[in-house]
Amino acid sequence: MKAERLVEMANQIADYFRAEPDRQEAIVSAAHHLRRYWDPRMRKQIIAHYEASGEGLNEIARAAVGRLAGGDE
Amino acid sequence: MYAIDYRDRGTPPSTSSTLVTVDIDGRSVTVPAGTSIMRAASLVDLDVPKLCATDSLEHFGSCRLCLVEVEGRRGYPASCTTPVADGMKVRTTSDKLMQLRRGMIELYVSDHPLDCVSCPSNGHCELQDMADQHGVTDTRYGLDGANHQHAEVDASNPYFRFDPSLCIVCSRCVRACDEVQGTFALTIQGRGFGSLVSASQNESFLASECVSCGQCVEACPTAALVEKSVIETGPAESAAITTCAYCGVGCSFKAEMRGEDVVRMVPNRDGHANHGHACVKGRFAFGYATHSERVLSPMVRDAITDPWRETSWEEAIGFAATRFRALQEKYGRDSIGGITSSRCTNEETFLVMKLVRAAFGTNNVDTCARVCHSPTGYGLKSTLGESAGTQAFDSVMKSDAIIVVGANPTEGHPVFASRMKQRLREGAKLIVIDPRTIALVRTPHIEADVHLQLRPGTNVAVVNALAHVVVTEGLAKDDYIAERCEVDSYRTWATFIADPKNSPEATEAITGVPASLVRKAARIFAEAGNGSIYYGLGVTEHSQGSTMVMGIANLAMATGNLGREGVGVNPLRGQNNVQGACDMGSFPHEFSGYRHVSDDAVRGVFESHWGVPLQSEPGLRIPNMFDAALEGSFMGLYVQGEDIAQSDPNTSHVVAALSAMECIVVQDLFLNETSKYAHVFLPGSSFLEKDGTFTNAERRISRVRKVMEPKAGLADWEVTVKLANALGYPMDYAHPSEIMDEIAALTPTFTGVTFDKIDRLGSIQWPCNAEAPEGTPTMHVGTFVRGKGKFLLTEYLPTTERTSSRFPLILTTGRILSQYNVGAQTRRTANVVWHSEDVLEIHPSDAEARGINSGDWVGVTSRVGGTLLHAVVTDRVQPGVVYTTFHFPESGANVVTTENSDWATNCPEYKVTAVQAVLVPKPEEWRKHHPMVLQVHDSALSGQGVGV
Repeated sequence: MKAERLVEMANQIADYFRAEPDRQEAIVSAAHHLRRYWDPRMRKQIIAHYEASGEGLNEIARAAVGRLAGGDE
Repeated sequence: MYAIDYRDRGTPPSTSSTLVTVDIDGRSVTVPAGTSIMRAASLVDLDVPKLCATDSLEHFGSCRLCLVEVEGRRGYPASCTTPVADGMKVRTTSDKLMQLRRGMIELYVSDHPLDCVSCPSNGHCELQDMADQHGVTDTRYGLDGANHQHAEVDASNPYFRFDPSLCIVCSRCVRACDEVQGTFALTIQGRGFGSLVSASQNESFLASECVSCGQCVEACPTAALVEKSVIETGPAESAAITTCAYCGVGCSFKAEMRGEDVVRMVPNRDGHANHGHACVKGRFAFGYATHSERVLSPMVRDAITDPWRETSWEEAIGFAATRFRALQEKYGRDSIGGITSSRCTNEETFLVMKLVRAAFGTNNVDTCARVCHSPTGYGLKSTLGESAGTQAFDSVMKSDAIIVVGANPTEGHPVFASRMKQRLREGAKLIVIDPRTIALVRTPHIEADVHLQLRPGTNVAVVNALAHVVVTEGLAKDDYIAERCEVDSYRTWATFIADPKNSPEATEAITGVPASLVRKAARIFAEAGNGSIYYGLGVTEHSQGSTMVMGIANLAMATGNLGREGVGVNPLRGQNNVQGACDMGSFPHEFSGYRHVSDDAVRGVFESHWGVPLQSEPGLRIPNMFDAALEGSFMGLYVQGEDIAQSDPNTSHVVAALSAMECIVVQDLFLNETSKYAHVFLPGSSFLEKDGTFTNAERRISRVRKVMEPKAGLADWEVTVKLANALGYPMDYAHPSEIMDEIAALTPTFTGVTFDKIDRLGSIQWPCNAEAPEGTPTMHVGTFVRGKGKFLLTEYLPTTERTSSRFPLILTTGRILSQYNVGAQTRRTANVVWHSEDVLEIHPSDAEARGINSGDWVGVTSRVGGTLLHAVVTDRVQPGVVYTTFHFPESGANVVTTENSDWATNCPEYKVTAVQAVLVPKPEEWRKHHPMVLQVHDSALSGQGVGV
């Protein structure tokens, strides 16, 4: 899938959780959402994008995908 | 004429809890206080003669046939208008009563044709019955006096006829339109002998305000108002109770049959969702089921550029199975998937879900609810603990304040709208939150107390502002919150929502809604005894659809409006089985009963039952499937009963994805836009041709009953069984009831559901299990399904779909009463009389600036595509906003909608598309310069014709 589309979707998810007062909780929640609702190929591709450059990912999304990449979800 | 097998008791039941006992013709009967003598008599099998009374309407007392004698009282009171009293003694027959009644019947007959044998209501005419019962075969007054024998017949409505010569001016039709439908389209014009039923201001039925619900036709005791289908087909011989195949109200109907022909559909007065009411679609628009365009033979083709080739079921299913397995061999197990349909039964949906997970071995299953109410599931599960509406429809009759947000019930859910209007006429307050001035804002006898006419895309800002007023003005129900909700989540949310940025004054610049109106609405809702919220796709189909659903749940919890009758959060589902399709595990991440596929214990139960290992990872959602197809990792799709090429957004993207796939199997009644890209077409079966169940928006499971054999030989569930077996995964069911037994065995909220129990109870609202053996009308009583209600933060984030100088207008979409979804059914009925094309509503100021008048062609372009629509200039829409429907493929409404979607569920943002609208004097010239997806269809579809 196009990385731009996945980035856009991940950023939307991160934007929702950004309202959490606790930044770490926002990151964990965003990562958990990606884990529960994204097909493995989508997660694999967003992780690959993150590991390549992560271009376009906002702060929360980048950290959330980082958690996926690190196997924390 | 009411249903042929219905026993009418004359007046509605009383709801009093006080009982009284009376003696009627020597028979003792105990009934609730307030019951009419007529009804009480009927309950002990004494049918008092009547003509103007019917139990769907309040008593009227005009025909004077139901006179009775009451011991100790003078005169002959009408039994329909006289309530019983404790100890009352009533006589329903005597020589004097017979004399009086015969006299009245003679007067009626003196101005009524006596050729009963040729009358379409012969055998079911109440006047005929009365005359027979009283031995009236002639009239002392003769037939030569003044009469209405030559009055003009009004046959303008495509479904029924009005013949004034047969009318006895009982006013049942007028009262039905007023009391039940709430349109007030009919009246009795004139006085005395000149009294005539009149539609609107003496117009034809078709030209009048009549919405063709048919309630007047059913109420008519003669053939003055009668269905044309009865005239054409003849009287019905039998009736079977079934459930409507249109919207999420899920009306119960009696299909009246003559052999294998449907004579008419009569709403079931014992139906729990509709109580005998119906709309123009459910009652009349069933002709599609036998339309000549039904495809009745399976078809295959190697490439979508080839013509279709008719073949046998065996070859078509074998063809599909072989191709699917070959794709999995070539591209991997997860390269194929399936889509379930909200137009199919629970049993069929469950089987497709099972086919994908167990036979395909993947979780790539999704449903058309993806593009409508998936945010409802997410938002309500997260806050309340269950992915469903909280109330029964009847609950609205106990509401004191009603919010209708992002829904247009009089068009999309008309039978529920009529019920809601009954409550509004009783005095409940109404708050409408909608960018358009929908009918409920101001309609006969109804006017919204507040209309929050927000800009499209700003729902969350409005609901936050409402909640801000509740919290900051001390209107929150603190005791309820403390007892029922997670207090920590409330504190966090209350702090968030009380921030001045969420105040009505701050959000006014975003929403366009005056702060004073928001404050007024919030106070009305919070201070009402019972506040209920009803919402539709105007809530869900946004980039913040799930956030808005959470915001609604937050508002309901904060005001203590969950867990009893009269309150609640109520999604109005678009299709008849959206709720059911979701319940059955159609979403890629969860099994039936909304349990995640990663739950080892749950998955283990399914694996044990189905005998195969199942995947623990979520599959692809529909939009993800399209993206994956273009990438080359998703190459085969089984689509049951959904036209994704017409209904899903950004048609050019969808078409490109479908064209990239190597095997698409479409199962449907008709060739449709999606079948243009299909390799296998499997004929579907209509709701009249199969057994099963539908689950409506109030979680009500109702039976669908087969009244005719499947036109193509197989019901839909049988097709899925054959496909599974061809794939090497054994399925073996003798009847859909066995599929429901499997659903019950695997789904905690359905453990008590069986076909036998539904037959016994009429319908069941889930959860139905050991704790609630007869179902659950109201959810979250005492405690929420998740335990404590959870407040979630709902930061308003503007959509990325913005207006610009190139695209200065916002296009939003919706529905119209006479058409249904992509129109596959209703376009093939006479409903096209009311709506034969999708049009563009545009505000007078926007139209004037562009030189556009009603009827002009308008070119509508967005960032992804363009289409042509005829203009309707109207102030129903606000300046800067245009509106259209999506019922006709040629109008290509989704050619212009974008792939923007809800953050949580990928539900498309149909409701907000930035567009430009320009006057197009020469449509053909415009098309040359604005290539539309329709042309893509054309090029791909040289092979759409059927080769024999």
